[in-house]
Order: sequence, then C-alpha cells, then structure tokens
Amino acid sequence: MSRQLEEPIIEFKALGKTFSSANGEVKALKNINLKIHKGDIFGIIGMSGAGKSTLVRCINYLEKPTEGEIWFDGRELGSLNEKDLRKVRQSMGMIFQQFNLWMQRTAESNICFPLEIAGVDKKEAKLRAQELLKLVGLEDKAGAYPAQLSGGQKQRIAIARALATNPKVLLCDEATSALDPTTTESILNLLKDINKKLGITIVIITHEMNVVEKICSHVAIIDKSEIAEAGKVHDIFTHPKTQAAQRLVYPNDNRINHLVGKRCCRIVFDGSSSYDPVVASMILECKVLVNILYADMKDIDGKAFGELIIQLPEDEKTADKVIGYLHSKNLQAEEVSNYVG
Amino acid sequence: MIIKGIFETLYMTLMSTLLAYVIGLPLGVILVVTEKESILPNLGLNKILNIIVNLARSVPFLILLIAVLPITRFITGTTIGSTATVVPLVIAAAPFIARLVESSIKEIDKGIIEAALSMGASPFQIIYKVMVPEATPSLIVGAAIATTTILGYSAMAGIVGGGGLGTIAINYGYYRYEKGIMIVTVILLILIVQVLQEAGMQIARKKDKRK
Repeated sequence: MSRQLEEPIIEFKALGKTFSSANGEVKALKNINLKIHKGDIFGIIGMSGAGKSTLVRCINYLEKPTEGEIWFDGRELGSLNEKDLRKVRQSMGMIFQQFNLWMQRTAESNICFPLEIAGVDKKEAKLRAQELLKLVGLEDKAGAYPAQLSGGQKQRIAIARALATNPKVLLCDEATSALDPTTTESILNLLKDINKKLGITIVIITHEMNVVEKICSHVAIIDKSEIAEAGKVHDIFTHPKTQAAQRLVYPNDNRINHLVGKRCCRIVFDGSSSYDPVVASMILECKVLVNILYADMKDIDGKAFGELIIQLPEDEKTADKVIGYLHSKNLQAEEVSNYVG
Repeated sequence: MIIKGIFETLYMTLMSTLLAYVIGLPLGVILVVTEKESILPNLGLNKILNIIVNLARSVPFLILLIAVLPITRFITGTTIGSTATVVPLVIAAAPFIARLVESSIKEIDKGIIEAALSMGASPFQIIYKVMVPEATPSLIVGAAIATTTILGYSAMAGIVGGGGLGTIAINYGYYRYEKGIMIVTVILLILIVQVLQEAGMQIARKKDKRK
C-alpha cells in the first residue's frame, strides 16, 4: 500500500519516559514505536495509569522523553531549541478533559489567544474567531464567558481555540471523559467532521472503547507503559491478539468459565456480511439447533462487528458441517472447546 | 489639622502601596515561576528570594522603621514627615505583597497554563497573558488587604514623626492626653479601612467572570 511508503506525520522511535522522584524511578513509557499518518484519526487507548497522557504530551513536548525520539512533520523535536519548539507547537492544537479555558476571557478572546501568540493582528484574529465559532456551531456565544457555558459548549470553544492557527494535528486528551453520553456523541461527530473537512490528523487519548469505535481509523492499545497492539480499528477489533486488547474489546468477558468442557465455536463478524441472517440460514441449512452462549455485536460505521459463541451439536459430523457452512460464508469460525484464556 | 492628617495618611498609604507593588508584584511572580514544576524553573534563585522575603518579613515594622533610617535619609533627605515614611513602608510591604501575589497566582489551575504552553506561548507571554489576568480578582482582594495593612503601619510611623493621623494621635492623644482627638483619629482610621476594603472587594467581584 502506498500509505506505508508515505512519511508519517508523527512517529515515535523507541521512545521512553522515566519519572524520577524521591521514592525512586517510575517508568511511564517503555520502547514506544508508533507511526501516525496524515489524515488519520488515531486512538490511543488504555486503562488509567497506562501512560497514555504522558504519551500524548510527548507529541508536543510538554513532556520531554528520556529515551528515544519523537518526529513531527519531518523534524526530531529533541533537536529543536525552545524557540523553534514553540513554533512547532503552534502547528499542533490540543484539547483537554477539563477544557482548560481561560475563565477571565470571553469565548472569542479564548479563541484569539493562540493567534495573538502567533503574531496575527487583532482584526484578522477576530474574523478567524468568527469563522471558528461558526464551525463549532456557537456563533452566538462570542461574548460569553466560560462560566456561562455548558460542558459541551466549553469543549466546542476549546476545539475552536485549538484549531485557530490551522494546526496539522489535533491532540485530544480524554476530551469527552467529562461529558455525558449525548454530548460525547456530538463532540465526536464534530471531531469527525473536522477531520473530513480540514483533513487534520487527530490523535485521541481515551479509556473508552466506544470513542475508538465511533470515530477512529487506527488504534494503539497501551498497557503497562508499552504498546500492546496497534493497527486499524477494524483489524484489532476482529482479531484482538493480546490480552490487553481482548480485555478492551470484550470488557465483561466471563465466557471462558462457561465454555470449559463443551464443544463450542466462535464466530467473528468483521463487517463483511452484516445484513445476512447467517445464523438463521445456518440452522436451516444444517438442520441443527445451536445454543448461543455469548454474543457481543457492535455497530461501527454501519457495519456489524463482534463475535458470537455457539455450542456445537454433540454429533461430530453435524458439528463439522456447521463449521464447514460458516467457512463457506467467509466467516471466521474456530472451535474453542479447549480454549481456556 | 485633622483634614491634613487624613490627606497625609492617604498619601502615605496609597503611595507606599503603589511603590510596594512595583517591587512586590514581579517578586511574587518570580517566586511562582521559578519553582520546580513551573515555567521558568530556577531553584537557586527561588531559594534565595524565599530567604530574603522571609528575613524582611520577620523584622517587626517598628524596628524596621528605625533600622532603615539611614536609607530613608539617603533617599528622601529627611527622616520625618510623610514622604520619609514611604521608604520603610515600601520596604516592609513589598515582601508581604510578594507573598500575597504568590498565593493568588498559585490558585490558578495548572491546566490553563498547560493549554497556553501547548499553543507555543513563551514564559513571558504566559505571565502577562494568562497568569496575571486569570489571577486578577484574587490579586485585587490581595491589594485591598495590602492597602489596609499598610495603613496600619503608616499610623505606627507616628512614633518617629511620620506624619498623618498616626502622628496626630500620638502627639495630641498620647502626649497631651487629649482623648477627644485620639477617638476622632481612631474612628477616621476605621472608616478609611472600611472604605478601602469594601472598594477592593467590590472591584474584585465586578472583575471576576467565573460566576
């Protein structure tokens, strides 16, 4: 694929970060190797304390890595002096869980701030702020102070502020974690929209799988300071290889206990045959009654993803027939009778 | 005489507050930004400034007033009168104000400073575009406290002929046993403190956009 040949916009090379405190050293990040390409919506997901916030802060060098390198748009950030680093930061926007708006400035003045820093003149900055307020759907809130806005509106202003200087990358640090589900949805839609309209690369740090499912094209799973798995959301979702990935994809997974001693089959839906009534046809075709033990289906981008675990009939022949049928439908089906963790 | 005393007291207080802020405000800011996790970490400087501020603050005002007389004479050419009193007032108030400013700025949420950093703001820009504006309501409350404290100090300077209501109270009320004048000056001082304090709080409330 041509994508692989393209220069990534962000690249981590053997990156590590160790915090040293009075109580000894804490390794927050270990040997991180990751490429993020232009136009991606790249999710970085992990449990709290996994190191994801530190990782995103390495991208704009708010945290300086102690090992390895971080490359942004063809430049190694560690090689830059303070002044150049500040220039580079102007081409990255960042939004936060707690919004971090300046409380003594109006919405418009918040949006103008990064432009002031970049040396844009006041009139032009105001026009740009108007444009951005329109983009985030809050034209009428230019003169409002953050205290007068709701959580969702604050995050929209923060997004407008982050986009003011036309950055190449938008970094989102748990940007929806302080919001209710409906507001989260609308903010995610806005981010997706911005990605499509402006072609901006978005890096999203989150601990919520549904955020990744909803908008990310790629995902990296970070576990105990290391990248456990990375790739297209679709691939990770259908074939989570590592335990960390499985834990995130199937969060309340207690199926293993039920399965011991039974002959079962795990069917993976990867979106290719979403609207076919596969299971129903299988029952009719093979003339068997199957018992559904576990099902977890999710809708991603209008396609069905997930897995289904069925108990196979005792009779060997019919069981083979079932598996054969599923394979003929191009579904991933594997026997999991001896599958224990 | 009383009117002149009021004017002298106000002159000393406001002048000293103003000059003390010229020193105390930057000093307070430096105390914050040179801390370990802040935007211009410089532990050595931070430690030295902290020691100086603590030393200056541990000398009681009355002693400081007398101890700095040579400096006062060097700067103003005299040691009596209200202008002369401004010198020890500034020396005593500046470190006090530095501490007030320090605590006001430390109240600011670290996240909003991080936001400014993420946009490529320089430390200097963060100080005057983020730290000071965001801390403004709290800084004004601090200024009201500083002004009223300095007013109290200025009355103390009456003992060495510092001018203002303090001198009147000591000369007439204490040395001449004129109780009436003593009471009048005390009431006037109370009124001035009330007015300054209330004005400060009102301005701070008006300025604060957090509610």
